[in-house]
Amino acid sequence: MELPVLNNVAPDASGCQSGSCGSTDDQMGHLPEHIREKVFNHPCYSEEAHHYFARMHVAVAPACNIQCHYCNRKYDCANESRPGVVSELHHPVQAVKKVLAVAATIPQMTVLGIAGPGDPLANPERTFETFRMLAEQAPDIKLCVSTNGLSLPDHIDELAKHNIDHVTITINCVDPDVGALIYPWIFWKNKRIKGREAAAILIEQQQKGLEMLVARGILVKVNSVLIPGVNDRHLAEVSRIVKAKGAFLHNVMPLISEAEHGTFYGMTGQRGPTAEELQALQDECSGDMNMMRHCRQCRADAVGMLGEDRGDEFTMEKIEAMDINYPEAMKMRAEIHAAINEELDAKRAAKHAKVHSIEEIRPKPATRPVLMAVATRGSGVINEHFGHAREFLIYEASASGVRFIGHRKTVAYCEGGDTCGDGMSALDKSIEVLSGCEVVLCSKIGFEPWGPLEKAGITPNGEHAMEPIEDAILAVYEEMLSNGKLDARPAEQQKVA
Amino acid sequence: MAFEIIESCVNCWACEPLCPNQAIYEARPHFMIDADKCNECAGDFEESQCVSICPIEGAILNESGEPLNPPGSLTGIVPEKFAKLVARQQAA
Ligand code: SF4
Ligand code: SF4
Repeated sequence: MELPVLNNVAPDASGCQSGSCGSTDDQMGHLPEHIREKVFNHPCYSEEAHHYFARMHVAVAPACNIQCHYCNRKYDCANESRPGVVSELHHPVQAVKKVLAVAATIPQMTVLGIAGPGDPLANPERTFETFRMLAEQAPDIKLCVSTNGLSLPDHIDELAKHNIDHVTITINCVDPDVGALIYPWIFWKNKRIKGREAAAILIEQQQKGLEMLVARGILVKVNSVLIPGVNDRHLAEVSRIVKAKGAFLHNVMPLISEAEHGTFYGMTGQRGPTAEELQALQDECSGDMNMMRHCRQCRADAVGMLGEDRGDEFTMEKIEAMDINYPEAMKMRAEIHAAINEELDAKRAAKHAKVHSIEEIRPKPATRPVLMAVATRGSGVINEHFGHAREFLIYEASASGVRFIGHRKTVAYCEGGDTCGDGMSALDKSIEVLSGCEVVLCSKIGFEPWGPLEKAGITPNGEHAMEPIEDAILAVYEEMLSNGKLDARPAEQQKVA
Repeated sequence: MAFEIIESCVNCWACEPLCPNQAIYEARPHFMIDADKCNECAGDFEESQCVSICPIEGAILNESGEPLNPPGSLTGIVPEKFAKLVARQQAA
């Protein structure tokens, strides 16, 4: 839940490397060919593909073998795209039925993940039965699994057997003293172990599992939850170590911690990072590693594209009534996938050509980079009304092109009440999540938010509706350049102040 | 000699596969222990398995009705402190 997504190039780097340039997508250029192939059109790894393809999760694994301070087993885990135990739990046979029904209806669905509600590898029978059936019946669906890593080393052979596309390990630390602040206990060899000792075992198992997967040639992504004051200073080291061991991607996610979730962190007032803190850390780590920035912590039981949820169309009752001929559906899916891939290829080629021309006409002006936010519902164009946006995609425009930075979530201020529960209006919330951005691009914007946005130094722009995101951003950037707005350096002045 | 699961159980399934006597079964509103089958893991494990993995304080009781994972034992938030935190949050 990524190509301009992968950033290991400093923001001011310019020019092309290895036949790819311009968009951050191309920063996969340095990855080995066999990995690039795997991730190129993967909705979880390619920001571009992310607009066209979708993934889903099935909740088949209820039990968990550790406790994290950001998790309350009752509720959906906001941090790890893990459904809570109150979500509809599926038996493997039901789960497979659901996957086939969704894949036949939404051909863009190409990736199936098992992430919970507990730990998939703490429920190995249920998890592997699901994978076994899917590999047989729907070979065109990529399979992936997320784990806390505790029992990972015990299941490497089985994972290798099912042709798992990739494994995600959540690694929040490599130091047991830090771990003791995140994990109160683990269940290990038939006992509950607490404190530092528990964290030390967990860390050892995670690292061992990572090494074993890499040795088998299975792709490993590492997720980390950024917890200010607990592991924020530590995650750069985590990034370095997991990269050295062969993880191909590191995804740093913000801690989501609300008192009403009833988690330890929620109850004790541990705050999550601001969008700026998150971005600073991602930048710090990206010198070392591919960072994944477009992960939107998709809800693990959500179905559909880009944050939409079509789950209601696929309740067990409705699925039982469907008559799915998957071999037929697979043919239709193959055609649609080919068409999408063609479109993606054409876009990449066009972008490549365009970036060249921009670099040629512009004699290296000393322009500053600008952050812009975009409201979109997918397909890579600006097609969302400001007031309906539940999230903004953040891009950085600079003399070297446009680079995707990440997602920031908000509350659609057109909807429901005017507050977000904490007394803050939804518009204020949007303005807060847009902090640091100078422009917000959307298909339409009402009169009411206009003033407050401008007051906050964010220029609303509805002039590029339905245009491709990166073209529009470049156009706005060029306009700012010709208006002399890029000479002043408001961003830096603010930092100094 | 048998343990009991009470209503604070969140139906997370963690305990069910671990019981050496298949004494735990899925039920609503919450999981149950078959008192005839449960031997508190005596002879099988040093620690009672359900009690060792259950994430919810107070969900499993011993024969005298005492919680085997008492308040504060798992979260580290002791009850008095917990009450204070809640009060502070409400005040904020
Ligand atoms: S104490 Fe042991 S035997 Fe009794 S229910 Fe729990 S796991 Fe089963
Ligand atoms: S582990 Fe505890 S909360 Fe989970 S099902 Fe068993 S008794 Fe209920």
